[in-house]
Amino acid sequence: MEAILDPLIAGILQSFEPLNFAMLILGCSVGLLVGALPGLGSVNGVAILLPVTFLVPPTTAIIFLAAIYYGAMYGGAVSSITLGIPGASTAVATVFDGRPLAQKGKADLALVTAAVASFIGGTISVILFTLFAPPLAEFALKFGPPEEFTLMILAFATFIGLSGDSIPKTIFSILIGLVLATVGLDIISGKPRLIFFDIDGFFHGVNFLVLAIGIYGIGEMLWTLEETKGEVQVHKVTSSLKSLWNNVRKLKDYFATTIVGSLIGYFVGMLPAAGATPASLMSYGLAKTFSKDPDSFGKGEPAGVAAPESANNAASTGSMLPMITLGIPGSPTTAILLGGMIIWGLRPGPLLFSEHPDFVWGLIGSLYVANFFTVIINLAFIPIFVRVLTLKFTILAPMIFILCIVGGYAPTQTMHDVWLMLLFGVVGYLLRKLNYPVAPAVLAIVLGPLAEQSFRQSLLMSQAEMSIFVERPLSAVFLLIAILLAAYPTMSRLIKNGKTAE
Amino acid sequence: MKVRTVELLMALVLALVSIAIMIKATDGLSISWVPGKGPGSGVWPFWLSAAMLVSCLMVVYQWFRGTTPESRSDELFMTPETVRIIGITVAALFLLLLATHVIGLYFSMMLFLIFYLRVMGRHTWLLTLVLSLATPIFLFFFFEGALVIPLPKAYSEPLFYPLYDFIY
Repeated sequence: MEAILDPLIAGILQSFEPLNFAMLILGCSVGLLVGALPGLGSVNGVAILLPVTFLVPPTTAIIFLAAIYYGAMYGGAVSSITLGIPGASTAVATVFDGRPLAQKGKADLALVTAAVASFIGGTISVILFTLFAPPLAEFALKFGPPEEFTLMILAFATFIGLSGDSIPKTIFSILIGLVLATVGLDIISGKPRLIFFDIDGFFHGVNFLVLAIGIYGIGEMLWTLEETKGEVQVHKVTSSLKSLWNNVRKLKDYFATTIVGSLIGYFVGMLPAAGATPASLMSYGLAKTFSKDPDSFGKGEPAGVAAPESANNAASTGSMLPMITLGIPGSPTTAILLGGMIIWGLRPGPLLFSEHPDFVWGLIGSLYVANFFTVIINLAFIPIFVRVLTLKFTILAPMIFILCIVGGYAPTQTMHDVWLMLLFGVVGYLLRKLNYPVAPAVLAIVLGPLAEQSFRQSLLMSQAEMSIFVERPLSAVFLLIAILLAAYPTMSRLIKNGKTAE
Repeated sequence: MKVRTVELLMALVLALVSIAIMIKATDGLSISWVPGKGPGSGVWPFWLSAAMLVSCLMVVYQWFRGTTPESRSDELFMTPETVRIIGITVAALFLLLLATHVIGLYFSMMLFLIFYLRVMGRHTWLLTLVLSLATPIFLFFFFEGALVIPLPKAYSEPLFYPLYDFIY
């Protein structure tokens, strides 16, 4: 126990160092705002603002970005409830009951419920995270290149098996990400690869941020511009200290739902393809199924707000577990954090715990602190966030475009990358309209170089024998699970067809 | 254009892109197995883009069988209103980047903001001018001053000399 408690306390104290604390509060506030704005979620905020963190040390940077991640999970509920539009896809399920509550004039109850449930979800998951992370990292120390490679295959297989998107389109998305990652100088032979049209800009490769900001910045804004042409109606929120306390006390009515939601969120969040959105939908579905009064759901049931909100917060922490221990991101947002860690000169994976304990425990400690302060900031500033939401999208959109452009320029400081980002944004928007999933591509471009490296290292180890991937027990297990996952949708369809044929 | 038409066209375009990448991957690189050493440097991009081609052909196959919602949808891919707002936005962004090569990012972003806020958003001149002046000024001090990342200025560089004296 002491082995966890001591570094944890050190990590929490780290969050209170002046610079870290300032960035943490800033991150929570930015996250709340980003989450609350329709069309922008944690992944957009983290992608667009990552370049800003080059200024500060890695620990401060990760604390800032993790705080944005956290804040965005809280913020998503604000627009789900007051506008009836999910502030981020993770808050879709919050609309189901949050909106009816707001229409009944109980927006304050819905907002407080969301905040309290988020806080509980965050707390439970961060405790689980603290307990699970060190042993998992220690286990992962046994991994060699073959295990690393097959684990990445497993991560990609979850997209094929669990995301529910079209399978060929999902595979395409994964592959294009992996191929884009190979552009530039080959890490092993040093040869230039895929220098399209002999443009010099491709020699330094395609930075993952160019793709991430293109898709989640420019593409997302285009998407939202198309969606929000109409005017949005905001519900009034009246709130006083007394009603706040009364609303917090209603927690006992939906406490069990919140606990279940937190656990679902945490475990579903760890899977790369699943994450906060399906976790919150599952949690909502379960809460409704096991409720004494399932008919009240969808008509303004506080438990229907608590269930998805606890789950999406818990999922955001859950998705950091594989990122920090295995080097496999559990969500698009953590994929971008992982890419950030590589830029800051850290090698993600189990060695982080022994080589950069300050970084890891600083992050874990900051999650406790960020969770606490986000709930306070959230409750205190709800009226201000609601005001910001009434801003016309034609003000917000151009400002975000500008941020994307400077954010895309900053990492490599070439206009080449900015042009490429615009191209990715437009193509990403068009592909998204045809239901091509974009998240796998972002994950793949981050993992691509690591995957290729571990693949080729494995083959160097085995003198070019492919059998190395099945001869080692762990990697064989990973591969087997990956194959089962990838085959799952086809199998279940065949079984279904077989049944209907009878 | 209907969704189903775009679905097919997109899959065909992506298939062509995959073929182009496959050809590019053979450019001076070994795409085969080097005995005793494992894969050559071209293996990874070549075979992955080959698989990309296969996945595009699967989309095309599904289109002909009509098994996906997109391959059956007769709805418009983009309504005229969508084409207008997205078209203008993308064109404005394109011009913004193009102008950056001539007058630098700070001035082109100013023009972009004026256009977008005033013409697209129909906001007041006061709000337009405040935002289009404040944004580049803030970004200047943040990027050049705090982060020491100079943003592109092209021919507008001399105008910034007095400001450099101020921040450095």
